Amino acid sequence: MTTDVLNETTNDHDSHDEHHDDHKMTGLKRWLYTTNHKDIGTLYLWFSFIMLLTGGALAMVIRAELFQPGLQIVEPDFFNQLTTVHGLIMVFGAIMPAFTGLANWMLPMMIGAPDMALPRLNNWSFWILPFAFGILISSFFMESGAPNFGWTFYAPLSTTYSNGSTAFFVFAVHIMGISSIMGAINIVVTIMNMRAPGMTYMKMPLFVWTFFITAYLLIAVMPVLAGVVTMLLTDTYFGTSFFNAAGGGDPVLFQHIFWFFGHPEVYIMILPAFGIVSTTIPAFSRKKLFGYSSMVYATSSIALLSFIVWAHHMFTTGMPLFGELFFMYCTMLIAVPTGVKVFNWVATMWRGSMTFETPMLFSLAFVILFTIGGFSGLMLAMTPVDFQYHDTYFVVAHFHYVLVTGSLFSIYAACYYWLPKWTGNMYNDSLSKWHFWCSLISVNLLFFPMHFLGLAGMPRRIPDYALQFADFNKWVSIGGFAFGLSQLIFLAVVIKCIRGGEKAPAKPWDGAEGLEWSVASPAPYHTFSTPPKVD
Amino acid sequence: MQKEPEQAIATEIAKQNTVTNNNKVIKKLVLIVFGMFGFGFALVPLYDVFCDITGLNGKTNTSAATYNADGIDTSRTITVQFITRNAQGVPWQFEPVINEMKVHPGEMKFVKFYAKNEATHDIVGQAVPSVSPGIAAAYFQKIECFCFTQQPLKASEDVEMGLQFYVDLELPPEVTTLTLSYTLYDVTEKVAS
Ligand code: HEM
Ligand SMILES: [Cu+2]
Repeated sequence: MTTDVLNETTNDHDSHDEHHDDHKMTGLKRWLYTTNHKDIGTLYLWFSFIMLLTGGALAMVIRAELFQPGLQIVEPDFFNQLTTVHGLIMVFGAIMPAFTGLANWMLPMMIGAPDMALPRLNNWSFWILPFAFGILISSFFMESGAPNFGWTFYAPLSTTYSNGSTAFFVFAVHIMGISSIMGAINIVVTIMNMRAPGMTYMKMPLFVWTFFITAYLLIAVMPVLAGVVTMLLTDTYFGTSFFNAAGGGDPVLFQHIFWFFGHPEVYIMILPAFGIVSTTIPAFSRKKLFGYSSMVYATSSIALLSFIVWAHHMFTTGMPLFGELFFMYCTMLIAVPTGVKVFNWVATMWRGSMTFETPMLFSLAFVILFTIGGFSGLMLAMTPVDFQYHDTYFVVAHFHYVLVTGSLFSIYAACYYWLPKWTGNMYNDSLSKWHFWCSLISVNLLFFPMHFLGLAGMPRRIPDYALQFADFNKWVSIGGFAFGLSQLIFLAVVIKCIRGGEKAPAKPWDGAEGLEWSVASPAPYHTFSTPPKVD
Repeated sequence: MQKEPEQAIATEIAKQNTVTNNNKVIKKLVLIVFGMFGFGFALVPLYDVFCDITGLNGKTNTSAATYNADGIDTSRTITVQFITRNAQGVPWQFEPVINEMKVHPGEMKFVKFYAKNEATHDIVGQAVPSVSPGIAAAYFQKIECFCFTQQPLKASEDVEMGLQFYVDLELPPEVTTLTLSYTLYDVTEKVAS
């Protein structure tokens, strides 16, 4: 009795605070001012899905134009604007924010923390994003048109020969960069300082590890991106000559700086995917992840190696033989830790009691199709053959296998896996299976023939092509439309799941592990106000 | 949920520790951010130095070299080719007077390039040289070159511009042909500003 009274008084302040926090604001204000990690995670996820549909809509126009040889629908210059903005939106607007959204939702719950370490910063890093993409997309409606120099914005295309959209582009990229950096700082601080007592680094779920490493990569390379776009800006408008040969600069330097950012950037988009499937595969195989510590080391070495392979994007720029060999071998070296990961996923499934719920289906597709993308990457890494493959549809096939069937599929796996935790309801199973199978078939129809188109010599980034490529392109376009439509099924699944459905228990997957399943479904607005004990 | 009083106090202390710890980590991370931003810019001079030492990107000397070869190596004959290119939209006729010549390492040579401004307004041009294969760049020595300075030409004016060079005796043995390429840029606006 007496202790109770004591408790009342000492906790008075605390409970008042909690009461205050619990009082959610309503409507738009709640979302504008929120510092709750779950709210911000939701915002990120919806934003990225809207961007996926926007970037997808651009891709539909691209595929419609490429349905037949000849120019039917769009002018070549507008075609270039479409491919450029499609790439930028998908990389910076769809994939990266989706991962940040997952990190926001899940990291605190997985490490037993009440929220992210820096909630206000969190609010800012989300809310500047819509402005960045607003600026980028609005350039379509400007006199200059949208950026038309490719998502890689090589100088001098983006400087001397720019259509006037460079300033908008640079400004938008700066904002995206600041948002990513703030998000990454938040993730690092959260993981370093907010883990529940007893959760040592080597006890963290692999999902947490991959986001930890990814955040470091972001902090290391996003500033370089900011630097290179700043140079671009001053070259275009203020008469500097970083990349202008006439003034003593060098356009090849642009490619070096860009790819010094660019290659780690592609790992920023795949490491979290590794974390996701390392969570789902053990859950649906009902076994512990095979080789946990080797996974941690493999992820770290991939991250470190990613800093010394950038020039594999530049084999055809006239590098000396030594450089070509160096970058070729380093690139191939990355296949070793990547192979370790694939091996571990397969070994996890080996003799497990596997079931094939939708998150598992997406994860399995990920393992197989990402590996195909890794193999085409290895082919591209061989300098002599890259001279043939470079700037053809083979490269397009490669990066869509790793990014769409890799990163995007892993994001879908994560969404299905945690939707019951987020909404408190199970998703509609048969609809989700439709989403999976339609996506799986159409995505392969869309991207697999691109390998052959590339090998046969069809260049990338062109609105028109030689007649012999007509048949394959027709099939690719059909695959493209089908894949685009299939994503609307996902929208339907999510909306249905939010509205209702079978009630989800706290832990709907019997093989799942992790602290997030110890809280109710839907996860209460505040979780782990007092840290759980981890042993 | 009721907490033990000690635990409540412990939580409060833990909270404060977290805040100071957070600030420490944030400071370090922000330092990395600024460091890497600076590193991006540092790559510009680093790249130049790196290329200078290794001659990787085919860049040749940008100011006059002095002749200091010990004699002429008549046992080797190198073919030196000259090509020119106008950057997009530069309205000049610009070409080498001869397209190629044979030289022995150490031998001094003089060639001429012809330029004519075909526009109706004055233009300042700047030719930027590049040598291929890249590893040979460091061994191609220009003693005098029109590319060291800008070339202002009045409308319809023409000029013959000279290049004096020699190939270093240490030119790697596998190089038998050397291509010197000039790209001509319009720098009128840059000069004006
Ligand atoms: C086994 C690992 C990988 C290897 C060996 C590899 C190798 C390569 C090479 C050599 C290229 C340059 C091709 C060219 O332009 O000629 C390339 C392009 C590309 N890769 Fe990979 N890659 C790998 C994994 C990945 C991953 C995981 C991602 C992203 C999630 C990725 C995304 C990209 C992108 C976006 C491009 C094209 C960039 C562009 O020019 O627009 N790659 N890859
Ligand atoms: Cu790369």
